[in-house]
Amino acid sequence: MTDQSTDRNTEREVGRSRLRKEDARLVTGQTNWTDNISVTGLLHIAFLRSPMAHARIERVDVSPALERPGVVAAFSGRDLAEGLGSLPCAWPVTEDIVMPDHPPVAVDEVRHAGDPVAVVVARDRYAAADALEAVEVDYEPLEPVLDLEAALAEDAPLVHADKGTNRSYVWPLKTGEDYETVKRRADVVVTRRFHQQRLIANAMEPRAVVVTPLAASGEYTVYSATQVPHILRIMLATVTGIPEQKLRVVAPDVGGGFGSKLQVYGEEAVALEVARRLGRPVKWTESRSEGYLATHHGRGMIQDIEVAATGEGRLLGLKVELLADMGAYLMLVTPGIPILGAFMYPAIYKMDAYDFTCTGVFTTKTPTDAYRGAGRPEATFAIERIMDELAAELGLDPLEVRRRNWIRHEEFPYDSIAGLTYDSGNYEAATEKALALFGYDDLRAEQQKRNERGDTVRLGIGVSTYTEMCGLAPSRVLRDLRYAAGGWEAASIRMLPTGKVEVVTGTSPHGQGHVTSWSQIAADVLGVPFEDIEVVHGDTRAAPQGMDTYGSRSLVVGGSAVHHAAEKVVEKARKVAAHLLEANENDLDFTDGVFTVKGSPEARRTIQEIAFETFTSHDVPDGMEPTINAEHLLNPENFSYPHGTHLCAVEVDTETGQIRIRSYVCVDDVGRVINPVIVEGQVHGGLAQGIAQALYEEAVYDDEGNLVTGTMADYLVPVAGDLPEFVTERTETPATSNPLGVKGVGEAGTIASTPAVVGAVVDALRPLGVNDVTMPCTPERVWRAVRSAKEASA
Amino acid sequence: MTRISVKVDGTAYEDEVEPRLLLVHYLRDRLGLTGTPVGCDTSSCGACTVELDGTSVKSCSVLAVQADGGEVTTVQGLARDGEWTPLQRAFHEQHALQCGYCTPGMIMAARDLLRENPDPDADEVREALEGNMCRCTGYQNIVRAVLAAAAASEEVTA
Repeated sequence: MTDQSTDRNTEREVGRSRLRKEDARLVTGQTNWTDNISVTGLLHIAFLRSPMAHARIERVDVSPALERPGVVAAFSGRDLAEGLGSLPCAWPVTEDIVMPDHPPVAVDEVRHAGDPVAVVVARDRYAAADALEAVEVDYEPLEPVLDLEAALAEDAPLVHADKGTNRSYVWPLKTGEDYETVKRRADVVVTRRFHQQRLIANAMEPRAVVVTPLAASGEYTVYSATQVPHILRIMLATVTGIPEQKLRVVAPDVGGGFGSKLQVYGEEAVALEVARRLGRPVKWTESRSEGYLATHHGRGMIQDIEVAATGEGRLLGLKVELLADMGAYLMLVTPGIPILGAFMYPAIYKMDAYDFTCTGVFTTKTPTDAYRGAGRPEATFAIERIMDELAAELGLDPLEVRRRNWIRHEEFPYDSIAGLTYDSGNYEAATEKALALFGYDDLRAEQQKRNERGDTVRLGIGVSTYTEMCGLAPSRVLRDLRYAAGGWEAASIRMLPTGKVEVVTGTSPHGQGHVTSWSQIAADVLGVPFEDIEVVHGDTRAAPQGMDTYGSRSLVVGGSAVHHAAEKVVEKARKVAAHLLEANENDLDFTDGVFTVKGSPEARRTIQEIAFETFTSHDVPDGMEPTINAEHLLNPENFSYPHGTHLCAVEVDTETGQIRIRSYVCVDDVGRVINPVIVEGQVHGGLAQGIAQALYEEAVYDDEGNLVTGTMADYLVPVAGDLPEFVTERTETPATSNPLGVKGVGEAGTIASTPAVVGAVVDALRPLGVNDVTMPCTPERVWRAVRSAKEASA
Repeated sequence: MTRISVKVDGTAYEDEVEPRLLLVHYLRDRLGLTGTPVGCDTSSCGACTVELDGTSVKSCSVLAVQADGGEVTTVQGLARDGEWTPLQRAFHEQHALQCGYCTPGMIMAARDLLRENPDPDADEVREALEGNMCRCTGYQNIVRAVLAAAAASEEVTA
């Protein structure tokens, strides 16, 4: 089938910097956040949470709370367990994975600070919060389990005593030649241990859920600040036993997610259960500090990584041993996150052997799960940092060692050693462009001068030549990875009688601008004005099928589905047009939304006129359904592989440990760009998060398992003054596995920037004998690294 | 309960409130002015920033009773006859918002800056927004938007 819209030139929407349709209500405060929803008789839920990391629950008495003003009901975990099953984990990565029960409210034992133990329902949010104080709970403290290695010791206290182990699973991936054999051929072996600190996503909108029941028919509408309304609906049906067709899940305006709202949370299940029991609408909105304890965390890994190489710096083999902190429970996709990374450690490099093992470990901390990039930032960090160390070991420029190993442009498509097929890429082009923008040689010259002078403020240059996998995911791959769902995405196009268009998408945006981009895609194929298109999403009634938004999948899979659905509309319309114009279908041209008969341009019908003709159905072709609406479910054939080169220059004060990012240049190749403005914005946001991991953010626990960084006042989310101006540019190497040639952009900045920044810090300090700084590279850590290097050389 | 009278976005209200009721909850839950969202409970994020008697305040750290006799402006009170302010336009035109949750607070904080300093440079904008967190934009476009609004306002007044 030919894509006739490509005939259009000046008016093509794809590639245009369109301002967003979404903005009007956001800049005027006419939003529809979940916490804005209020209905008559609404009750408010509050959760009493464990103050301890690990304890046996001896007794819970909620009855004193019932005496408090405004309180309508109160429940213990045991009360709720009668109607609520265990929360789901949909990614049992191995056959013998240890999967503990996860009651939405703890019954016998609490396993992390913030694990809920009781629920109070009251007439307003203040009354509900007040009444929590009255709930009586007796705890018998148990030993916390905090350190990943100690957790695996024979005599370690157990997070789940009934399971007899803190080891959830061991997942290996060995490909190519035998690593140990290859290692014997190597001239140089470099080994490092990297720590991926725990991070808290901090979507600006806290989580919230509102449930409105229709008691007579047993139906429920669940409004949730979620990234995954479709998945949530299926899972809530499973957890509560409410039939799926009686549940409608709506994600209204959602204020960011970054993976933290890719989840089925206990609070959502409890709200549904409370609404069922009381027959009343209920709401729960988390406070930020409550969210720090109860919204899943990201990262949390120890990475032992080793490369074996020749004296010229050619990679022979890569070995990765990972300890991944699951936290206290396996949530929706917890075990799978480090596995996603497994495919990304070999990155853009060629090698003969790859040996990966991940061990999932339970601890008495908040569960981990997806966070921006999900497994891929961790992998990229480790491989890029060890490439730096290999370069240092061999006295090579870090870019040179990359050049000697990367897949060359003419080698695509390329089968990576981890088993992926990279369809397209051009690492040379992105790198050359980035180097020119950055002024690499000048900065290296300045660095050398400063080092020779012995400046107290050193200059460091960091390099990251990354790739990632987006477009999650080919369903067969997901089967092989034991992920309990497909990776398809749905789109339908509804041609309204007036000629206006509704694009219905199964993706569920929370800041990414789908409404604008999807309008652009549909406008080009249908040839209708951008302004005539509305996008319907985030409501399982209005957009009944979908796999939602995470992992930079929306554009690649969902946007491509929109493209195909629109093509189907055009083909149906062509039949009607041929009938009305009394012409053969093959004799029709379709340009800018208009069907014309070849050779007689006066005989014409717009696709919008045909929508009306089909609506009246007065004269449609015999035997044809009277609609040109169409639906397409796209099951992707491959991932997509954005890549790019990020360069960072930092100034590090060796006396105070202070770091200043002097310049940051990135050239990303995200394939064909639908809307340059939105792409640039997504890159900026990604960079901010990646830089924050490098320099600022960490969820810190004390020895008792209390979250020390328990509020936004303690956890360093960067503000405007903490971040530099970014120089962002692009190369465009279209993806070959989808009709749009797009690759995905949401996580690129995050994945690429962390190693570039930390690499720059280490590069600045390397002449002083420093070869690593643990993240986040705080002034104190930098200062200590400098001091201990001095002491070691003294 | 305490009686308060307060003008919000040009409308006068008389209400009985609990002394502990936060201004942001008064605006949202009592008056239904949900354009001002809550992002944290430590007055760190700035999402709930509004103007009280011409100065920006975080409405999660002000009690409703403290607004008694005062005048509050929220993001919902900015547009006049559907016409956006230069800051609202600039946030749209510079793509200075993605999820938009922090946007009301950012706009209200930026108004305060531009009143004090109508012609700031980028560093001054970054410094002035230190009490407002954004998780989507990396701030660069927000800074651009505030600078663009400053330039546009100069054109208007010139």
